[in-house]
Amino acid sequence: MSTAATLCAPPAILRERGQHEVFCGLTGIIWLHRKIQDAFFLVVGSRTCAHLIQSAAGVMIFAEPRFATAIIGERDLAGLADVNDELDRVVGRLLERRPDIRLLFLVGSCPSEVIKLDLGRAAERLSKSFAPKVRVLNYSGSGIETTFTQGEDACLAALVPELPAAPESAGPALLVAGALADVVEDQLARLFSDLGVGPVRFLPARRADDLPPVGPDTRVLLAQPFLAETARALEQRGAQILTAPFPLGVEGTTRWLEAAAEAFGRPASLVQTVTEPARQRAARALGRYRELLAGKRVFLFPDSQLEPPLARFLARELDMQLIEVGTPYLHKQHLAAELALLPAGTRIAEGQHVENQLDRCRVAKPDLVVCGLGLANPLEAEGLTTKWSIELLFTPIQGYEQAADLAELFARPLIRRTRLVA
Amino acid sequence: MELTVWTYEGPPHVGAMRIATAMEGVHYVLHAPQGDTYADLLFTMIERRAKRPPVTYTTFQARDLGSDTAELFQTAAREAYERFRPAAMLVGASCTAELIQDDPGGLAKALNLPIPVVPLELPAYQRKENWGAAETFYQMVRALAGPAVPPPGSQRPARPAGQAARCNVLGPTALGFRHRDDVAEVKRLLDRLGVQINVLAPWQATPADLARLGEADFNIVLYPEIAQQAASWLQRSFGQPMVTTVPIGVGATTDFIREVAALAGVAPEPALAGPELRLPWYSRSVDSTYLTGKRVFIFGDATHAVAAARIAAEELGFAVVGLGTYSREFAREVRAAAKRLELEALITDDYLEVEAKIAELQPELVLGTQMERHVAKRLGIPCALISAPMHVQDFPARYSPQMGFEGANVIFDAWVHPLMMGLEEHLLGMFREDFEFHDGAAPSHLGSHAALPEAPVPSPQPARDAAVAALAWAQDAELELKKIPFFVRGKARRNTERFASERGVQTITVETLYDAKAHFGR
Ligand code: SF4
Ligand code: SF4
Repeated sequence: MSTAATLCAPPAILRERGQHEVFCGLTGIIWLHRKIQDAFFLVVGSRTCAHLIQSAAGVMIFAEPRFATAIIGERDLAGLADVNDELDRVVGRLLERRPDIRLLFLVGSCPSEVIKLDLGRAAERLSKSFAPKVRVLNYSGSGIETTFTQGEDACLAALVPELPAAPESAGPALLVAGALADVVEDQLARLFSDLGVGPVRFLPARRADDLPPVGPDTRVLLAQPFLAETARALEQRGAQILTAPFPLGVEGTTRWLEAAAEAFGRPASLVQTVTEPARQRAARALGRYRELLAGKRVFLFPDSQLEPPLARFLARELDMQLIEVGTPYLHKQHLAAELALLPAGTRIAEGQHVENQLDRCRVAKPDLVVCGLGLANPLEAEGLTTKWSIELLFTPIQGYEQAADLAELFARPLIRRTRLVA
Repeated sequence: MELTVWTYEGPPHVGAMRIATAMEGVHYVLHAPQGDTYADLLFTMIERRAKRPPVTYTTFQARDLGSDTAELFQTAAREAYERFRPAAMLVGASCTAELIQDDPGGLAKALNLPIPVVPLELPAYQRKENWGAAETFYQMVRALAGPAVPPPGSQRPARPAGQAARCNVLGPTALGFRHRDDVAEVKRLLDRLGVQINVLAPWQATPADLARLGEADFNIVLYPEIAQQAASWLQRSFGQPMVTTVPIGVGATTDFIREVAALAGVAPEPALAGPELRLPWYSRSVDSTYLTGKRVFIFGDATHAVAAARIAAEELGFAVVGLGTYSREFAREVRAAAKRLELEALITDDYLEVEAKIAELQPELVLGTQMERHVAKRLGIPCALISAPMHVQDFPARYSPQMGFEGANVIFDAWVHPLMMGLEEHLLGMFREDFEFHDGAAPSHLGSHAALPEAPVPSPQPARDAAVAALAWAQDAELELKKIPFFVRGKARRNTERFASERGVQTITVETLYDAKAHFGR
């Protein structure tokens, strides 16, 4: 766990290795199962995996969630053939209980990967036996392969080969990749239609039997910064990835829409006209929070890979000062536009050595720390003010109408501090 | 392979974390992948601890496999020692590390750290959280108190005359169901008896405290799931008798006091119930007659389920129609308790099986865990919580023990109040749009006083003024409004209408909605 710190500039990137205090990719199931309404996620793993999802989702327990864990036991570890039969039995029982399932994801975990359980083959086998009613796909959400939001990336990447081929003569179409709240999706769809950009489809679709087509005429806008594998898979299907900053804040949203407009031959001036009311409105709403947040020093622990675009928003639209921007992984290519917008010399920390990072954070005494659930209360107890980062995944934050909501998420802990007298 | 939606217990290493976190001066180095660090939030978010659990995870990745995971472990253990300077260290593996067989015990030993290092073997594919906690506590006790064990056959010296009896109180952990308050209540009882506490463990005990366990005259096992194994070893090694009656409920607390008094050679009376015990009178008072024969279903860990059955039957006059536990290790005790009530115990950790049983029995009250709360809510049956697994609500700010006489008072309130809410809850249920996943489904831990969807509010409300009443919502705006989470939708509607009427807008469009949103902020 030595800290192999290499500093390069600009921006300054600190690469660290040590204890990572982050979730694994299984966590994405918590929002993905709400987004794809007829899909079910079956984790093939251990009691730890079941407990992780339960604890992370514990904030809202649904009567019959669309996820479960097939817990590998002692007996399964004895011989592989046995495990496959067991898995078939468990899936059979599940599908019997939930006839509403159209798409089943077998989600790999650390234990399933270490024992080399081939979920790809299992998915093929099960797909055959349950076709055409149920399609079975697989991806890895394991902690040895994926960090938090990379689970969504792996899930969407697994969907890509399933997408229907776009008809050849259909002309250019836009595909927005990355799970967004329904309300955000609808707002963005309206903007695209006003811009004359279309047809527009979203990945993932709300229903598994309504997958968007993809082909050489497809232009892809990433709505989330953590979709490296999905982007690669879409490129393999011939799609072209547009590079842009991500649609967080007014600037990010405008630049993101501009990238789409440009790809569809729409003039930049049109973007300005069409978005004018929304931009004005968002700017007004943001003003209130800028007053409060300007000049405040913020430290972001690595969590979702959303950190660089968030930092860009905090620095450029709310005038906050960035002390450190942690990210579990930095995809230089997809983030090129974002990195270019960050203030010169911003310290980016990729990977993590949580103890050393906590040391740096304590020394810096930031006004606001953005961090995960394991760290928030202890840091509050030390006198720091925190914002838990997982909320950024569970709240609609993209687009103009949500820009102020996003700012508010950061302002709330500070406002709260000033309100509490005792 | 078993299909699990919710699990009653975490993996065994979480049990080990509960011991390490309860203690002072202990650090746990856990060979585990990064996702396993979720367990920290159990302590910092659910229990609201102000400190991170004293755990270092190696967070090895796929690319480390087969090359240097062992070295990674050693580096983590060495760094943890240097940074935290614990008085003792626990080392072990989580489920994934168990498969790669790095032998954390051997690797840690090779580091020659100048402190006791206790290796843990917690088979993650067989065992669960409470077993892991019990095993960890036992291994710690053996490792630290072991050097003081007298040679076999030696006589335990008699307590000098005039010296107060001393006991160890064993079992309370971090993330335990009301352990914090139970400890205070038991301390109070012992204090009244004039019995001194030699060591309380693992709760706030140091490794040095564990080394002194043999000095007590006897042991009190507060939570058998956690401490029975350690107490049995102490009994064998130091000849310390143990009290295993768990003081939950009036009868059990009275038994407990008498047992402790007998072992300590003191009079029980000073600790026996005084006027502050209200359960018996409340239960006899006439307004409680409606409790008679209420059919209750009980499910939880063994200790709390057995205690609940006795209270329900003997102290509240309920009819216990079902009794069960997920603690397989204590199935025998629960079976015996069920037999006394002429029932067959339900021993399972499959919550679907418990659900089916509840549906079949149709009890009038469920005493269970948060799993049963969800089941009960769906079936429209009132429910009170008696046991882990833990939810943030199970750490109330107020003092609310389960043990002792104050615990009995708390239990009376906790079990009887949901019953009074019973009828109301049915009515509330009638307004729900759908039983699954609809946005009006209140977070079920909020129970019967959960937020209601805005649906039943008659429209227009009498209080609305004429200007607001004249407003029309365009269809798309109305649809858009529906997408806003139900718990803020009412406010969004009111704000938008106020905004529109102040500006003389007749028809509310999507634009108006967002204009208002921007105007008011949240
Ligand atoms: S989200 Fe709200 S209702 Fe749900 S657990 Fe958290 S505080 Fe309670
Ligand atoms: S890190 Fe691995 S073992 Fe742990 S919960 Fe995630 S997938 Fe399961």
